[in-house]
Amino acid sequence: MPEAMPILETIELSKSFGMVRAAHAINVQILQGELVGIVGANGSGKTTFLNLITGYLRPDRGRILIMGRESVGLPPRLVTKLGLARSFQVPQLYIGLSVLENVLLSLAAQAGKGIECWKPLYRRLWVDKGLEVLERFGLKPYAHRAVAELPEGGRKLLDVALSFALNPTLLLMDEPTSGVSIEDKFEVMDTLAEVLRQSHITTIFVEHDMEVVERYSQRVLVFDSGEVVADGEPASVLANPEVRKAILGRE
Amino acid sequence: MEQRLSRGSVAAIAGASVLFAAAPFFAASWILFILTLALAKFIAVLAVALFLRAGLVSFGHALFYAVGAYSVGFAYKWLGLREVLLLVPLGVCLGAGAAAIIGLFIARYRGVFFAMLNLAVSMILYAILLKFYWVTGGTDGLGVGTPTLLGYLPPRAMLRMSYYYVTLAMAGAVIYAVYRFLASPLGFFLKALADNEIRIEYSGASARRVIYATYVLSGALGGLAGVLAAFTVGHIVPEYAFWIQSGEFVFIALLGGYASVPGPLLGAIAFEFIRTYASKYAPYAWQMTLGTIMLLIILFQPGGLWAIYEAVASRFGRGGEGVERA
Repeated sequence: MPEAMPILETIELSKSFGMVRAAHAINVQILQGELVGIVGANGSGKTTFLNLITGYLRPDRGRILIMGRESVGLPPRLVTKLGLARSFQVPQLYIGLSVLENVLLSLAAQAGKGIECWKPLYRRLWVDKGLEVLERFGLKPYAHRAVAELPEGGRKLLDVALSFALNPTLLLMDEPTSGVSIEDKFEVMDTLAEVLRQSHITTIFVEHDMEVVERYSQRVLVFDSGEVVADGEPASVLANPEVRKAILGRE
Repeated sequence: MEQRLSRGSVAAIAGASVLFAAAPFFAASWILFILTLALAKFIAVLAVALFLRAGLVSFGHALFYAVGAYSVGFAYKWLGLREVLLLVPLGVCLGAGAAAIIGLFIARYRGVFFAMLNLAVSMILYAILLKFYWVTGGTDGLGVGTPTLLGYLPPRAMLRMSYYYVTLAMAGAVIYAVYRFLASPLGFFLKALADNEIRIEYSGASARRVIYATYVLSGALGGLAGVLAAFTVGHIVPEYAFWIQSGEFVFIALLGGYASVPGPLLGAIAFEFIRTYASKYAPYAWQMTLGTIMLLIILFQPGGLWAIYEAVASRFGRGGEGVERA
């Protein structure tokens, strides 16, 4: 039986900013249905890796294949069309619109109706689907409220919900619990994990918190100085003293 | 926050519609002239206000106003054409066409570059209108033939009223179309543009396409406004494309309030009347009067005159929010 095609494959992916090596010969394969955590110290190249994959940065060399299709050189908009969606460390929302309207715009974009100028945005199909998305993320009670009224955890969830509404094949989350209080971070992660489990979306998430990574990921990639220094099951990888040293700067 | 008109707003719209429709029966001829011009300019101001909602300001939309106006002048000069039902689509198409060409590169820019590039292009047109006098009439401008409607030439006594109703009907159609536009995905993306262009791109939509499509629409609106102004004034000069005219559109949008559709209408009417009265009673200080009013608006009510109306209406329990956010 032939091996399944990876959802994401990077080959010798490299990027430098002047003398700083942010990504160096990264070879990674992400398979269908995996929930992969990325850890590393500050400046280890985690976010650069996400920015390279999503087309925000162009690599100096190497290849990126999303479901077998080359994505190097494509802008974020077209990478999104290949089935990749991302959320951000600082939630990227439309703060002047309601929570539901934020999701409706994702649904409109996903349907390729972004510049439709006559039919209303509020149409039954999208509103029903938008409310369903918000319900999955526990945000339905906020649907008609302004984004500004959401607590930080809610904003994080909405940021992911906007990506989720694009019906992606691969979801990238950049520090989904950063800025969220210690009491709320597991609640946020439980909600996200449940949605991802039900929808079978392949997911990569960058996270500083090793406890979160160990608890929620099936596989972990450890970044250090732009390189992947460890790749495997969280329990064994994170127990490695060398890895802990790379992440925390101490054993 | 789906937009629905409150009962108070529906009543306000109904009242305003009746007032506008009945104006020729009680308003003096000169007031009708000012109202007609205000309605025509309102359409151009609306085009500018669309971009203000997106956080972009254009100091060059007089270009499309001039394209519309000169399309009437040239159509009359070269083809003897003066039929409203032909000239209106002609001005709209030429305005939209000019925007479709210029927008190809202007849609790439944001902030001050967007503002100044619009100004630069409009000043190029102004210079052409001024210098190619053997074609454009230069500073003398062009005369416009008395327009006909379905081949019918209104009696002289009815001319002003006819222009008024044609302009009112067009303004009504534009209000409806712009409401539809603002309620559409493109309208929402336009508003979202002021908040977060990154998210638009990462949702797979194109911020540049949003700006481009809106630019073409704004060109069509500017063209229509120019056609109607040409009918009303009867004479076209290069100043239609001058930067002061563009600045006037921005001024009116801020005066009336650009976050709403009725705001620019209120602003255009107020502006024309303030200018008329100020230049009559303070002929050497009318610009200072306008400047002072703008200063007060920005300092104390940045939402413009429409926000003042809303505050008053909500105090009396009429709630104009449905109209404002549509």
